[in-house]
Amino acid sequence: MDINDVRGFSTVLMMLAFIGICWWAFSPRRKKRFNDAANLPFEDEQKHQQAQADSESQNKNDSVNK
Amino acid sequence: MGSHSSTSEPQLLGDQSYNYDVVRQFSLMTVVWGIVGMGIGVLIACQLVWPVLNDIFQPYTHFGRLRPLHTNAVIFAFGGCALMATSFYVVQRTCQTRLFGGPLVPFVFWGWQTVILLAAITLPLGYTSSKEYAELEWPIDILIALVWVAYGIVFFGTIVKRKTSHIYVANWFFGGFIITVGILHVVNSAAIPVSLTKSYSAYAGAADAMVQWWYGHNAVGFFLTAGFLGMMYYFVPKQAGRPVYSYQLSIVHFWALISLYIWAGPHHLHYSALPDWAQSLGMVMSLILLAPSWGGMINGIMTLSGAWHKLRTDPTLRFLVVSLSFYGMSTFEGPMMAIKTVNALSHNTDWTIGHVHSGALGWVAMISIGAIYHLIPVLYGRTKMWSVPLINTHFWLATGGTVLYIASMWVNGITQGLMRLAFNQDGSLTYSFIDSIEASYGGYVVRAFGGGLFFLGMLLMAYNIYRTTLEADEEHTILEEKPESAAPAVA
Repeated sequence: MDINDVRGFSTVLMMLAFIGICWWAFSPRRKKRFNDAANLPFEDEQKHQQAQADSESQNKNDSVNK
Repeated sequence: MGSHSSTSEPQLLGDQSYNYDVVRQFSLMTVVWGIVGMGIGVLIACQLVWPVLNDIFQPYTHFGRLRPLHTNAVIFAFGGCALMATSFYVVQRTCQTRLFGGPLVPFVFWGWQTVILLAAITLPLGYTSSKEYAELEWPIDILIALVWVAYGIVFFGTIVKRKTSHIYVANWFFGGFIITVGILHVVNSAAIPVSLTKSYSAYAGAADAMVQWWYGHNAVGFFLTAGFLGMMYYFVPKQAGRPVYSYQLSIVHFWALISLYIWAGPHHLHYSALPDWAQSLGMVMSLILLAPSWGGMINGIMTLSGAWHKLRTDPTLRFLVVSLSFYGMSTFEGPMMAIKTVNALSHNTDWTIGHVHSGALGWVAMISIGAIYHLIPVLYGRTKMWSVPLINTHFWLATGGTVLYIASMWVNGITQGLMRLAFNQDGSLTYSFIDSIEASYGGYVVRAFGGGLFFLGMLLMAYNIYRTTLEADEEHTILEEKPESAAPAVA
């Protein structure tokens, strides 16, 4: 066993790591979870619109009350 | 402006509201430093056309002193401010929590601006460590390290206190960029000071060169790529109004990109004193890098599938998508130039400068510009920028300028490479070095013109942003005076 075995072994290890990541990412079991994650940029928008709508109706009520 | 309709001050309660002050500060400074850095770029491009411009105020305005000022200003001042603005914005919105760190947040802003000012003073004065893209002397390097650690604490602290279970992919890229750039900076800047303004590298010879280009290429890979990919993964979906094409691909993209980029540095040292095996390793790793680079590009562009029509009406989205096209182009060109035989022709010619600007203008600057055009209305409580047609004008100036720049540098680079490799029958060189420079004159003129167009676009952007913020103020005034008429404007 010399240094070249280590080199070969590390190449195989990297290959397995890559296949592992692909399997982990594309496995159907996690599909829903990643679809949810992909929507994260839009998640807080709904919260904002909600917050905005609340505060707007608040404003309207205020002006009506005046 | 697409689907987002957020307000300037999100109404999450109390200390739960987002910190947009620092995002506004960094966004505005992105434009300011963009104009300064690109202005200096146009000046030094003109110096190559009219060498007399070197003598405006010698020795401070000499090309050799202004060139590092240009690179530092556009990469670390313009690009750095854009990355800090967008990362602080994206991490808050996708983690649905306020920035962590309290006083560290303004420290990151003011510390970073101090670093930029010190660079603008010391580089024309001639203080330099002579390491490319790491020219700043050791006291400034220490300040950079401190600011960077604070940046990391703010960013990762915010991720730790997130309200969402998942960490969105943009934050993975921003996080990878922050960690790696911190490590690169500390390792490459290790030096032995001999005075306040002079130090010598801790490494020597070929090892010093290898450390420098391990840093230098990963400044490209992590500062100018991973960080801006983080920007891409938030702003492209957001502006297009649809989630990223494949979230699974983005995960594979992230791990493949960060694990490969780190090895590509030796291609800067082909045919040097660096051992051959290291050169070949750098070449092979650079070639493999094409795969994750294009994975990311395809993921970004395909996000628009089914929404291509939006490109016709939304110049901000056009900036974002065309930046991805330039990214794809320059990440194809890069691996090609890393092949040793191609590099024998391209190295030390203008081809390299063209390649860098295809990435820097086409990818980095255009995605930053798109992100800033997206951000400014959100940050100042507007539905859109003051003038959308002006964004469109800016888009065409930027695209035209970039194309002229890179095309002229291709012509120059290949001309120079071929002339310098031409031999006579007796083995002597056919052309002298200055012959290849004379042959490049036309290209230098076109380059200065193209750079000038790009610069002009930045001025339009500054004016557009100025008017947008102004109108926001006016709107607030109206709001105070006549509350009933202001209500529709807020909606």
